[in-house]
Amino acid sequence: MTSSAFIQWAYLIASVLFILGLKDLNSARTARRGMFLAEIGMALAIAGTLLDHEIVSYRWIIGGMAVGSAIGIGIALWTPMTAMPQRTALSHAFGALAVTLVGISEYHRHGSELGSIKMTAIGFEVMMGALTVTGSLMAFAKLQELITGSHTYRGQNISNIGLFSALLGLWLYLIAAPTAGPLFYLLVGLSLVFGILLVLPIGAADMPVVISLLNSYAGLAAAATGFVISNEILIIAGTLDGASGFVLSILMCKAMNRSMTNVLFGGFGAAVSAPSSADQVYGGRVKSASAEEIAMLFENARRVVVVPGYGMAVSQAQHAVRDLADQLESRGIEVEFAIHPVAGRMPGHMNVLLAEAEIPYDKLKEMDEINPTFEQTDVVIVIGANDVVNPVARTDPSSPIAGMPILNVDKARTVVVVKRSLSPGFAGIPNPLFAADNTLMFFADGKKAILDLIAALKAA
Amino acid sequence: MDTSIALLTIFVLSAFVGYQVISRVPPLLHTPLMSATNAISAISVVGALVTAGGEYGTVSTILGFIAVASAMTNVVGGFLITDRILKMFKKGPDRR
Repeated sequence: MTSSAFIQWAYLIASVLFILGLKDLNSARTARRGMFLAEIGMALAIAGTLLDHEIVSYRWIIGGMAVGSAIGIGIALWTPMTAMPQRTALSHAFGALAVTLVGISEYHRHGSELGSIKMTAIGFEVMMGALTVTGSLMAFAKLQELITGSHTYRGQNISNIGLFSALLGLWLYLIAAPTAGPLFYLLVGLSLVFGILLVLPIGAADMPVVISLLNSYAGLAAAATGFVISNEILIIAGTLDGASGFVLSILMCKAMNRSMTNVLFGGFGAAVSAPSSADQVYGGRVKSASAEEIAMLFENARRVVVVPGYGMAVSQAQHAVRDLADQLESRGIEVEFAIHPVAGRMPGHMNVLLAEAEIPYDKLKEMDEINPTFEQTDVVIVIGANDVVNPVARTDPSSPIAGMPILNVDKARTVVVVKRSLSPGFAGIPNPLFAADNTLMFFADGKKAILDLIAALKAA
Repeated sequence: MDTSIALLTIFVLSAFVGYQVISRVPPLLHTPLMSATNAISAISVVGALVTAGGEYGTVSTILGFIAVASAMTNVVGGFLITDRILKMFKKGPDRR
């Protein structure tokens, strides 16, 4: 078998293994096996490529692989689970950087002889790649809180649309005249700027959508590379990545009842007509309780549901929450966890944190599954979540979160909200749940509150 | 042109397969899904390898070297962290 035939076979087998691997992710039981298959596929594809007769020197290859592996191992071993969103944003940047550089090198080598078809692919590759590099780094900076808040300025959308049109124009021009070298590098440069401007105005709580979108872009850029260098496996793997980012961003948008355009260009607050003021909503009706008072609620409880939000991640309370659940279960109380799709900073964020705290995954319930059960729930503990449990989404059509699917915790017999203050969530609106008759506020840091509650339970 | 159509066919079919397969992944596993697809798309390392090792001149070699290193970061880091996450997911009775 010649080496090029071997490479083709290796790519074919690797593609099959990638798809089988992703298929196994449909259940937590088979997921690890699936990833093992995908790893074999990757090893095969890399080994096959190393036999490529175009490769004449291995010095830089070995160096690059060593450096990359070392960084990869470091990141994989030392990233705390609470920092998974940042890690993911960073990895989108790495992936996009690789394809952008390959694209630039291809243009550098073949610029003068590229046809329009190849130029279409290269242009798309470096445009998507470059904007994903800087966009992902921005997302990383926001998640790491190096940059806080959402930065909006007047004329932002217009300038972004202008920049985007300029990129499209450059791309089309290059397709017609692929030899216009300086314009190619201008396209790369402007795409880098566009990535920054695109993510700059988006707030941290919209990051689940942004991360998913960047995931999709990184995949599509990789697929475009496949067109450039006529490599089928790059197209297949890149497209799988693109599809996953696309599916996730749609799911995240649905979970907030917002369109993609609104997330990217709107921002919360723009459409608010007359938000009811915090005083009107809370005025004298908020009841706060101590750990001892809350512990007494559990005396006759049969079913408790915990609703985690980003606040749980911030105060690293997941292990304390597990201890609380154990304590309650030892008293014969049924404990389940209600996970809103956009709780946290990336898709599935809460599940990972709770799994890290060794909470069995069959207790982690999706919104649609757990919502009908709140009426039979004695106590709900909301920890670090706000907008996703705001009943205004159901009742007030003029609210910025109107129509957003929420966890109907207000239907439970008693709701305990662990929160440091009455400050609003990301949507910037007061939450009538905090003033409801069946709600008790427990004002404290998430982790400390849960630890106090455990102590009170043990003392009772 | 013929190869372009063949590549386009692969792209379209992959998009359908990807959509079908990914839609079945439960929200429980969305974080590992993202790190897994990220690792898989780091297959772009195969393009980077040819760029870095082809001796196409200094520029290509340097770009290729950085590309190999970034893609390899995702290959190794992506699969390792996916496995680290998946290891934590345990069903009720198997715990501890």
